[in-house]
Amino acid sequence: MDEALLRSLTPHVLGILVRRGADFAAAEDAVQDALVEAVRVWPDDPPRDPKGWLITVAWRRFLDATRADTARRRREDRVEEEPAPGPAPAADDTLRLYFLCAHPSLTPSSAVALTLRAVGGLTTRQIAQAYLVPEATMAQRISRAKRTVSGVRFDRPGDVATVLRVLYLVFNEGYSGDVDLAAEAIRLTRQLAAAIDHPEVAGLLALMLLHHARRAARTAPDGSLVPLAEQDRGRWDTRAIAEGVEILQAALARDRLGEFQAQAAVAALHADAPTAGETDWVQIVEWYDELARLTDSPVVRLNRAVAVGEADGPRAGLAALAAVDEKVPRHTAVAAYLHERDGDLTTAARLYAEAALRASDLAERDHLTRQAARLNARRAR
Amino acid sequence: MAKYLLLKHYRGAPAAVNDVPMDQWTPEEISAHVQYMRDFAARLEQTGEFVDSQALAPEGAFVRYDGEGRPPVTDGPFAETKDLIAGWMVIDVDSHERAVELAGELSAAPGKGGEPIHEWLELRPFLGERHTITE
Repeated sequence: MDEALLRSLTPHVLGILVRRGADFAAAEDAVQDALVEAVRVWPDDPPRDPKGWLITVAWRRFLDATRADTARRRREDRVEEEPAPGPAPAADDTLRLYFLCAHPSLTPSSAVALTLRAVGGLTTRQIAQAYLVPEATMAQRISRAKRTVSGVRFDRPGDVATVLRVLYLVFNEGYSGDVDLAAEAIRLTRQLAAAIDHPEVAGLLALMLLHHARRAARTAPDGSLVPLAEQDRGRWDTRAIAEGVEILQAALARDRLGEFQAQAAVAALHADAPTAGETDWVQIVEWYDELARLTDSPVVRLNRAVAVGEADGPRAGLAALAAVDEKVPRHTAVAAYLHERDGDLTTAARLYAEAALRASDLAERDHLTRQAARLNARRAR
Repeated sequence: MAKYLLLKHYRGAPAAVNDVPMDQWTPEEISAHVQYMRDFAARLEQTGEFVDSQALAPEGAFVRYDGEGRPPVTDGPFAETKDLIAGWMVIDVDSHERAVELAGELSAAPGKGGEPIHEWLELRPFLGERHTITE
């Protein structure tokens, strides 16, 4: 059974239930029940119309749950007849679900969890495993999120930027456990791009594809990080790169630049270089200038300093770095790299060791420690 | 089965035999060390004895309640003299002897010159659940 196909039907089915008048929280539970049932039943008895099957089962589950609820509260059972399906505006329903699950009243972690479940069709257990928290904790996070958005009207469009931030967060979490969050984020962004025509949605999709294309080359067999300049470019996924570049070019042609398009443009320039030495750093600096105008983020200025160091030499890079707040993560690592390029191996080794202490993940820490060790070993010779 | 915590210290434990900071090793020695740790955890997964393993960043602070309506008091970063935990592994094993044996193996991870670090690890039994049959 194609689980990706099954999960891609989730937002349509949920949208239809809500459109029929089910409240979001109950409808979402009913759709989850239907998905679980599908996984159990479909392998032996595949339905002719998978979507119709899911709608029927989910609606039945919703009615059962509502009946049980109302009976408990000794109220009259009002929901009886199944309404006619009517013309289903599937794309609109999907879009509204994205907006609802990324609603600004939700914390980022709640929005991520709710999106993965209600739009992505993942189970609470899968989401919990991906984020390395107990299933009960994730269940609470999701049910609190559902309560938070329970009063939000479903028919109003939201801000695409909030949805993109949530999808970006999911993508950046990467890969842990048996759920590939990066691949899931790409699937959800693709689905969003099909539901709304927006250059920044396309920009984010291009950005994800271009980064994902390098994933296999980013880690050595022993688990250690391989920096961009040292990656085996033959292991990059050329199909994903081609698709990312095509999507990005179409978005840029519309002349409504945003931060994701600009970030994707940087990624595309890296992807375009046959060797690290042939990277067009001058153009990359220009894109970082655009990004700085769009976001004024210190992380952008830090990355810009690296690009300046490549385009105009390490001294220029260090001068650009001097204007960046030292508290920005990876500031010390960038300083170490630029000092090494400048030939000051003693300072570089000291800064790499210091950067290792400030690293936020193990792979990065090991990588920076190795860099310090490499320079110390060279100096000792 | 009983759970044990294997604690690794940045500082505060007695000095290891092969006590050289990691940035003074060669890159190959670092790779060998990382591989040893990964293999160790993978082997304990195979034997059904692995529970969890985490590493901690070196920076941190003490925090305490400072009364109603006031923000918590923080005291940090940690003083150089403070005992500092670097990370842990939790194992679930049949006996105390087995826990000691595994801690010894973990302490034998290679360091400078490819020689075992002989690092001191703190071994602490968990307080378990109360057994159903106690009399």
